[in-house]
Amino acid sequence: MNKAAEVLAASRKITRPTTLEFIDAIFDDFIELHGDRHFADDAAIVGGIATLDGKAVTVVGVQKGHTTQENIHRNFGSPNPEGYRKQMRLMKQAEKFHRPVITFINTSGAYCGIGAEERGQGEAIARCLFETAGLKTPVISIFIGEGGSGGALALACGDKVWMLQNGMYAVLSPEGFASILWRSPARAAEAAELMKITAPDLLANGVIEKIIPEAKEGLEHNLDYTASILKEELVKELHTLCQMDMEELLQKRYERFRKFGEFAE
Amino acid sequence: MNLFKKKNYIILDRRSEAPRPTPEEHEAPAVPDGMWVKCSHCKKLVYKKEMEPYYICPKCGGHFRLGAMERIAITCDENTFSELDGTMHAKNPMGYPNYEKIIAKAQQKSGIQDGVVTGTCQIGGQDTVLAVMDGNFMMGSMGSVVGEKITRAIEYATAHQMPIVIFTVSGGARMQEGIISLMQMAKTSAGLNRHAEAGLFYLSVITDPTTGGVSASFASLGDVILAEPGALMGFAGQRVIEGTINEKLPPGFQRAEFQLEHGFVDAIVPRTQLKDTIARLLALHTQKGGGF
Repeated sequence: MNKAAEVLAASRKITRPTTLEFIDAIFDDFIELHGDRHFADDAAIVGGIATLDGKAVTVVGVQKGHTTQENIHRNFGSPNPEGYRKQMRLMKQAEKFHRPVITFINTSGAYCGIGAEERGQGEAIARCLFETAGLKTPVISIFIGEGGSGGALALACGDKVWMLQNGMYAVLSPEGFASILWRSPARAAEAAELMKITAPDLLANGVIEKIIPEAKEGLEHNLDYTASILKEELVKELHTLCQMDMEELLQKRYERFRKFGEFAE
Repeated sequence: MNLFKKKNYIILDRRSEAPRPTPEEHEAPAVPDGMWVKCSHCKKLVYKKEMEPYYICPKCGGHFRLGAMERIAITCDENTFSELDGTMHAKNPMGYPNYEKIIAKAQQKSGIQDGVVTGTCQIGGQDTVLAVMDGNFMMGSMGSVVGEKITRAIEYATAHQMPIVIFTVSGGARMQEGIISLMQMAKTSAGLNRHAEAGLFYLSVITDPTTGGVSASFASLGDVILAEPGALMGFAGQRVIEGTINEKLPPGFQRAEFQLEHGFVDAIVPRTQLKDTIARLLALHTQKGGGF
């Protein structure tokens, strides 16, 4: 197994701590809020209000489970449109009350199903990208596990995007990539390497700004190690972002995503 | 005597072993070169000349796919189209094997540099920025060039206080450019956010097929979204959904009519009436409301 395939396996491990565990470890006074106010409450997206270092913040993230039963309830961390609409509702609420937003990403991708299409999966994701670009409050996005495709990007349009040491982020799953381009899902490990999905690769091409370390004994055996680093980094970064003039914050966020692309003229 | 005993042969269908065409090879020709062409909707043979310039099947009314230049020809007022960023072309950000060759082949096939042509023009006398995607170029997939050209077109429109019209056709993000392709979704959507903040009009026109990352970014963000009859529009590909839910999809799933029914497009407009409809919408948006 190459390094990228190892990271991929680690990012998907069923014992890997989930968004709710990170929220519990980093924040205080978390109150979970539910529903998109249009259709339903998607259990694959969790979110609410909490405090960080005594100050109110909005947190939202993709939720997976540790057991099959939990995963069925959470739809294996694949949100439906109502999940993305819940996310956006909470982020707009944060903007209204000048709360910074922290998002946690851990999804193989948006759900592919008939209902998801009927309720506009594409539109729901597009709206997240569009609205986050202009959201008048700081946003920090953290990849804690898997990051697959547009379904991950919907939560990852922040001012800063960070990733845990064994997180990953790709345009689609390496299995899907190998299947579409080489008609051979078995070449997933090779695809994972080519696709540059690991945190160091993504740091190098500017897709993320920071790598958060995991304890040697494994993230699930020592979540506090990573959570305490994250907490400290979040407090520091939010202090900087909250001092910024709103126009400057939005300009920098625009430039952050505007810069991507390699082409010749 | 085993002489007449039937042996247990299985007849293998060798076709199933043949490699499936890759996405860039497999899609139907948009406007084919022959005199007689087969309509992909009703399967009847139709005389190509008879279909110019709209390429609508005279037998069933099915809309053939159009290349960017053919689209521009039936959309813009004569001699008003002025191209932006016409020389921009792809590099190979991920070091994908043979990407340069794939690009060269697509350029040859489509006659354009990459999957979108952008510029300024007049439509029914109305000034507008226009972006037209082209399915002949790697199925209109969005990599750096498509994302950059569309973002620049949006920024041009914002800077010049102009509306923008985007015709979409796309299989989604361009896999060969990896994560950088995904970032184009955020980039184009952020551009549209600024255009919208400036109070400017964005018209999105969905043509067949518009899926994946394009449907999950600028295609779905129009102030008004029009679609051609029968155009497929959806986030997930049909085979992917069938594979996930393990059942066949209902007829008409994700087509323009389905999207109209579910509230994701404003109107379905036949190609013959598109230019006129766009011109009327552009004209209506040159007025500031509330002047009574």
